[in-house]
Amino acid sequence: MEQTEDIRLMKGNEAMAEASIQAGADAYFGYPITPQSEVLEYLAREMPGRGGVVLQAESEVASINMVYGAAGAGARVWTSSSSPGFSLMQEGISYIAAAQLPCLLVNVNRGGPGLGTIQPSQGDYFQAVKGGGHGDYHLIVLAPNSVQEMADFVFLGFELADKYRNPVLMLSDGAIGQMMEKVVFHKRELKRIPKPWATTGKTPDRERSIITSLFIQPEKMEAVNLLLNKKYEEICKNEVRYEEIMTEDAEVLLVAYGLSARISHKTVQLAREKGIKAGLLRPITLYPFPYERLNKLADQVKCMMTLELNAGQMVEDVKLAVNGKVPVGHYGRQGGIIPSPEEVEENFEKFFKSVS
Amino acid sequence: MENNEIQTPDCLVENGETYDMVYERPHTLTGTRMHYCPGCGHSTAHKILAEVIEELGIQGDVVGIAPVGCSVFAYDYLNFDMQEAAHGRATAVATGVKRVLPDKYVFTYQGDGDLAAIGTAETIHCVNRGENIMIIFINNGVYGMTSGQMAPTSLAGMKTTTSPYGRDTKTMGHPIKVSELIAPLPGAFYVTRQAVHNAPAVRKTKKAITNGFKYQKLNKGISFIEIISNCPSNWKMTPLQTVEFLDNEMAKYYPLGDIKVPSAEDLK
Repeated sequence: MEQTEDIRLMKGNEAMAEASIQAGADAYFGYPITPQSEVLEYLAREMPGRGGVVLQAESEVASINMVYGAAGAGARVWTSSSSPGFSLMQEGISYIAAAQLPCLLVNVNRGGPGLGTIQPSQGDYFQAVKGGGHGDYHLIVLAPNSVQEMADFVFLGFELADKYRNPVLMLSDGAIGQMMEKVVFHKRELKRIPKPWATTGKTPDRERSIITSLFIQPEKMEAVNLLLNKKYEEICKNEVRYEEIMTEDAEVLLVAYGLSARISHKTVQLAREKGIKAGLLRPITLYPFPYERLNKLADQVKCMMTLELNAGQMVEDVKLAVNGKVPVGHYGRQGGIIPSPEEVEENFEKFFKSVS
Repeated sequence: MENNEIQTPDCLVENGETYDMVYERPHTLTGTRMHYCPGCGHSTAHKILAEVIEELGIQGDVVGIAPVGCSVFAYDYLNFDMQEAAHGRATAVATGVKRVLPDKYVFTYQGDGDLAAIGTAETIHCVNRGENIMIIFINNGVYGMTSGQMAPTSLAGMKTTTSPYGRDTKTMGHPIKVSELIAPLPGAFYVTRQAVHNAPAVRKTKKAITNGFKYQKLNKGISFIEIISNCPSNWKMTPLQTVEFLDNEMAKYYPLGDIKVPSAEDLK
């Protein structure tokens, strides 16, 4: 029988590097930064023998612009970094979004601000979903909560990027990037779509291809803005993804993504053991955000609390979704500290008792 | 709406006589009227570039990278595939293109602010990696598009809007000679400094750009072509005065000619 599954024990960073090769990535441009340097190391080792370009750039500023060039030339291309390095890429990301270049970006979030710490954090939520660079644009943001998802979202990320001609960001963190778990690589059929807009050399049968984000006339600029807005509406309509755990009869709801969602899953179990009807909603896409579903759940539960490894960022989107229907709270730890499910459960109880 | 297209007649009719066309604009120019000031070197440099691409017959195999600066609209005038890069990042963008399309001819077209100030790191590392691309470096010693601020290449004592009393090298640094800086790097295959202010200079620049494209096929590294260019608007001179200033002042500090040429052995 033909083997269709390939099961390995890997770090999240290695898993996404392997996934990118299997997803047919033509090129990776990167710069070392903890806690995601394994990506460049893995690809430097594996990619030359299996086809594809891997290049260590002189900075994140350069690597994101190499991504711009390669994506503009029609290649399936990606880069990864961690918070301070990802901040350096923001200029390029704004240009990539404006020029509508499909590519995959990964931020393995560490603690900040500034040089911060190399420990896991979710402090880059705002940067990921509210912009980061200048101008009106959005990335499609995927939030994996396991090594398996770090691999799976590479495939998904490339497909969504091509489908919408939009950069896709996988927002992970230092814990999921570094920890080892079982990961299954399924044999997949690669979806590739033609890119007639790419700069591959002007042949007589077509007009020249121009990749640009410069539209100096206000009317032309606004037309591009409207085109982008329309695309983002499409994305919001089609691509909202989330997971629900024990929400059917939930009276109190935790909302958490990525690593926090793993802790929250256990927190919900602990609460249930105490007879508290708790549930969890885990946004898988942070943009588009599951506003509608949370608004609906607000008709059912008494209150919601986010668990985030930050000072309270996603909680603003939950409040927007709930629109005042029920109280919304936040519990978070910062600095790279990961709270135990017991600690979260205790604070969850404290919160919903304070508002009921 | 203003018609921005230049019309090319099939023949010239004058005083009842019909003359055949013996020369016309290369088809690698789009025909869009250029926005450059009278006497500016950019339009001449564009035309040389377009002519070389047409003469080499490589229009279908060229990908150009435009910078931020006066030549930010270069892709409006050049009739082949192009990408517009962020300020200073053209050589990184070109690296991305060339690495995934190694059989194409890739070049960047950058000004001095773009290449020698904000893009210095990208420039040096692109050369150091010996990417098989051509960098065309337009040096007019001033920020043109933002209307005349001091550039890293502004001459000592040169008056600009941000050095209104003249460039004081004690506090504002010295004009940087990029060609001499990068020439010693092993990744630099061909480095030359030319100009476009008179007919012999134009011929030499054309030869240099032709070399730059031809050398890409050897896969031996960067061709770096610096072009000293006139900027009447921001030098506050008539076009004719800029020609004199270029010969007497610019070329004194930035001597024209080859800086690094491949040996016969290199060209094999």
